[in-house]
Amino acid sequence: MKTISKLWIGLIILAIFSPLGLFLPERFKAGDAWGEWGADSVKELIGYIPQGMERFASLWSAPLPDYAFKGWEGKPLAGLSVAYIASAVIGILACAGIVFLLGKLLSKKVN
Amino acid sequence: MHIPDGYLGPATCGVMYVAMLPIWVVASKVVKRTLKATQVPLLAIGAAFSFVIMMLNVPIPGGTTGHAVGGALVAILLGPWAACIAITVALVIQALLFGDGGITAIGANCFNMAFILPFVSYYVYKAISHGSSLTSSRRVLAAGIAAYIGLNAAALSTAIQFGLQPLLHHTSSGQALYSPYGIKTALWAMMSEHLLVFGWVEVIVTALVIKYLQKEDPSLLETAGGVK
Repeated sequence: MKTISKLWIGLIILAIFSPLGLFLPERFKAGDAWGEWGADSVKELIGYIPQGMERFASLWSAPLPDYAFKGWEGKPLAGLSVAYIASAVIGILACAGIVFLLGKLLSKKVN
Repeated sequence: MHIPDGYLGPATCGVMYVAMLPIWVVASKVVKRTLKATQVPLLAIGAAFSFVIMMLNVPIPGGTTGHAVGGALVAILLGPWAACIAITVALVIQALLFGDGGITAIGANCFNMAFILPFVSYYVYKAISHGSSLTSSRRVLAAGIAAYIGLNAAALSTAIQFGLQPLLHHTSSGQALYSPYGIKTALWAMMSEHLLVFGWVEVIVTALVIKYLQKEDPSLLETAGGVK
């Protein structure tokens, strides 16, 4: 099998195991990344929500916020894992697809 | 390391976008000149790999989470300019589709993870692996050290951007307008967790794949944007 095909299999395996990125932090009681807190957590940490942060925090409404389906906040981890794997697959295809097209446009025609 | 919207003031966001513009232009020019059509599928996989590895949050028990970026690996295999483009695409998709990293902070996040990280890693790798054979263990070591220094350089740059905010933007009563922690707190928090934990995740990911490719297809280690 060609190396490229094997690397694609590696990506599929990573996508399937991606919910570890949800389960491990939950299991070890780890919170947000430093500097990536939501407004509520910031208020808990410093006692107020900075005005500029409050204004801009929800500037953008992503279609799959936090790699989950909208309205699934607070669902059990099993459900979130399904959304997480779906997000991984969508993200992998989008990234690979866009870079493939960009690369085809940019790269030298002659090998 | 994905700075959300509302953490950086308009000045920092603007400066970082302006800083990235010429980098993106040069990146596309260099890639146009050097990337072979046969390398395009590998670059596409590199972008997808970077995307998915950033989803694998690693916990510090009772503390924060973090992740590898995969940027060192892409830079080692395809050169820093191609890596810059691949990671930029991953970061833009993360911001737009998944709300991971702010859209006002795309410039800053790309500067840290799609510029600082691949370039630092690439030159560290180049310096240490110089003259070694493609299958030597020195190359695996070089990749590991490059990954560690690259990810920590990106964390340092991120910490500085966070830490400058209370200095740049505050109310007359001294309340922060954006990210509230000063430079000392930001440096201490970001650097301790990345030096102790998350840097090593990037090391493991990078070294394992390089080791695997040495067995599977060493020719992939030949090109690296001109590294012999």
